[in-house]
Amino acid sequence: MSVFRTTIPQNAEDEPLVRLIAPDGTRTPHEELDAAVAHLTGEDLRRYYRDMVMIRAADLEATSLQRQGQLGLWASALGQEGAQIGAGHAARTQDYLVPTYREHGIAWARGIEPWRLLDVWRGIAHGSYDPYELRTHPYMLVLGAQAPQAVGYAMGLQRDGLVGTGDDESDTAVLALFGDGSSSEGEVSEGFTFAASFQAPCVFFTQNNQWAISVPTSVQSRVPLAQRSRGWGIPSVRIDGNDVLAVYGAVRLALDAARRGEGPRYIEALTYRMAAHTTSDDPTRYRHSTEEEEWAAKDPIDRLRTYLEAQDEIDEAFVTRCDEEGHDLAMALHHQIHAMADPDPIEMFRNVYADPHPLVEAEREEFVQFRAQFEDETTTGEER
Amino acid sequence: MAAVKLPIAKAITAGLRDAMRMDEKVMLMGEDIGALGGVFRVTDGLMKEFGTQRVVDTPLGEAGIIGSGIGLCFRGYRPVAEIQFDGFVFPAYNQITTQLAKMHYRTRGSVRMPMVIRIPYGGGIGAVEHHSESPEALFAHTAGLRIVTPSNAQDAYWMTRGAIESDDPVIIFEPKKQYWVKGDVETETRPEIDMHTAQVVRPGTDATLLAWGPSVSLARESAEAASEDGLDLEVIDARSISPLDTATVAESVRRTGRLVIVHEAPVFGSISGEIAARISQECFFHLEAPVLRVGGYHTPYPPARMEESYLPDVDRVLDAVDRSLAY
Repeated sequence: MSVFRTTIPQNAEDEPLVRLIAPDGTRTPHEELDAAVAHLTGEDLRRYYRDMVMIRAADLEATSLQRQGQLGLWASALGQEGAQIGAGHAARTQDYLVPTYREHGIAWARGIEPWRLLDVWRGIAHGSYDPYELRTHPYMLVLGAQAPQAVGYAMGLQRDGLVGTGDDESDTAVLALFGDGSSSEGEVSEGFTFAASFQAPCVFFTQNNQWAISVPTSVQSRVPLAQRSRGWGIPSVRIDGNDVLAVYGAVRLALDAARRGEGPRYIEALTYRMAAHTTSDDPTRYRHSTEEEEWAAKDPIDRLRTYLEAQDEIDEAFVTRCDEEGHDLAMALHHQIHAMADPDPIEMFRNVYADPHPLVEAEREEFVQFRAQFEDETTTGEER
Repeated sequence: MAAVKLPIAKAITAGLRDAMRMDEKVMLMGEDIGALGGVFRVTDGLMKEFGTQRVVDTPLGEAGIIGSGIGLCFRGYRPVAEIQFDGFVFPAYNQITTQLAKMHYRTRGSVRMPMVIRIPYGGGIGAVEHHSESPEALFAHTAGLRIVTPSNAQDAYWMTRGAIESDDPVIIFEPKKQYWVKGDVETETRPEIDMHTAQVVRPGTDATLLAWGPSVSLARESAEAASEDGLDLEVIDARSISPLDTATVAESVRRTGRLVIVHEAPVFGSISGEIAARISQECFFHLEAPVLRVGGYHTPYPPARMEESYLPDVDRVLDAVDRSLAY
């Protein structure tokens, strides 16, 4: 039986939770996933460890920057580093990633430096990067809306002859990410429908971080989310999202299948949003600190470190060096944010349309004229 | 090249076919558009000619149609989505207004959204609920979208072509009641007028009637009826809702001093309010009367047995003209 299941157990609660590294850092075998991660070297795992440390450092710094008034808002990905780094690295360079606004680890794995993400949260732009350059969709804020878009991209890949040709360098798939809250959106269901009907090369990946702002996953679904897609005929698996190795293996298997032309897959990764929903949120109103402590014990970074230490793949010097690099990254972010100039408000009129639009041009001109009056006054005042 | 006589529906079919022949990235998506050729047969024969990869019978999900169309735009495709009826566009409203309209802006110009959304709209066909609406104002309010509406076969052909060629998302509101009204279509020579320019379709001197889509023929009919009473009404086909060509309307109003706007959409919160505000501003000293409007009432579109009283007709248009002239 494949790790991607097509049937639902008699008792929904019997849904297995697939993992390779237990919370205590011990390695647990799983034939299919072991094969999917067998090629990973100690160097690879050290890189994933470092990546997780780096994005956590950037994340904590971003929260500080918000507290200092440098960012309008920040959505922390604290605790979800394993799911994001594992998934991000499982994708091939040519694959297309479709993230939501909390996917800073995905962005990092894609080579998007954290400072580039901050312009959205500072209020400088609505999008941080060129989706074509980085093969990454813009961060989605209207949750769930990305699901059919990801499928459409995958339908384009099918039409471009980039699926199932057997060429590892060109065959391409899409990885669409959404959370447990988003899973309730109708557009996610429509995404499942379109992906299944057209057998589009699209892997849906949910980080079930237990909370949609203040609402627990139990309100979103009566059954493990992984079971949902099976009704669409989309094979799925529930994995431990704080186990970077299991995430990597499952996402790799799913993307490989999608690229081969075997259609969509769905992965539910159990993880935990260790911080507030955003810097505007107050989790003490809806959840207990005991729960946070329970999940802290399952931390993805600690877990990989314990495992790698036991394997003699890392030592204290390496851990310290990663922490120092994280600190350096945080300091760099701190300096970069202060160097970010506010855009000239005239920029708001740019790119509304691809081709000139007379109304936008007229209003832009009105704005220029209006502003010019005050510039004159300022000048006069100075002269006086 | 001589023009051919085509009904509006077939002019659109011809526009789609020619665009698909010219650019292999153009593809069609929608419910029942393949073997059936669409419930109005607008895509008739296109799946046979272009295959199932380019003419896609989608699952019944409007958000899925527009959402997947957005993804296809990211891959360089130019999807033309058919929404089966006006009232069924709303499940896709999120995709259209928060995504499609804003993606070019969000990506700071790096991603273009050359999608076309065809929506058969308007009433007068004796249909059940959700099949007779005119929601153009609800989309015009969203920056990033272009909106056109043809009133005749020639425009239907060239607006279809122009919308597909546009690098911005374009909604075409098609006057479904008049799908089978024939007109001359010149497909060989591109007309000089672009799809966003209003057109004086009947010159006159006493007052200006402005209409679009299915209401243009009503405005012309009303002008003919008024001419029997010795009134010479100018009729303008707005053609485009966004951008709105108020310059052509203002030029006319400066001559006639009076403007009556006719449309099927409910008057409250409609495009005609926007036009009235702009014309009042641009033609304040030329206006002999306030801008008057004739359209639907602030009710849901009524059951078919009442729609004749809901929709503007010659009597209501001429009543408004009389009121305008009475100032």
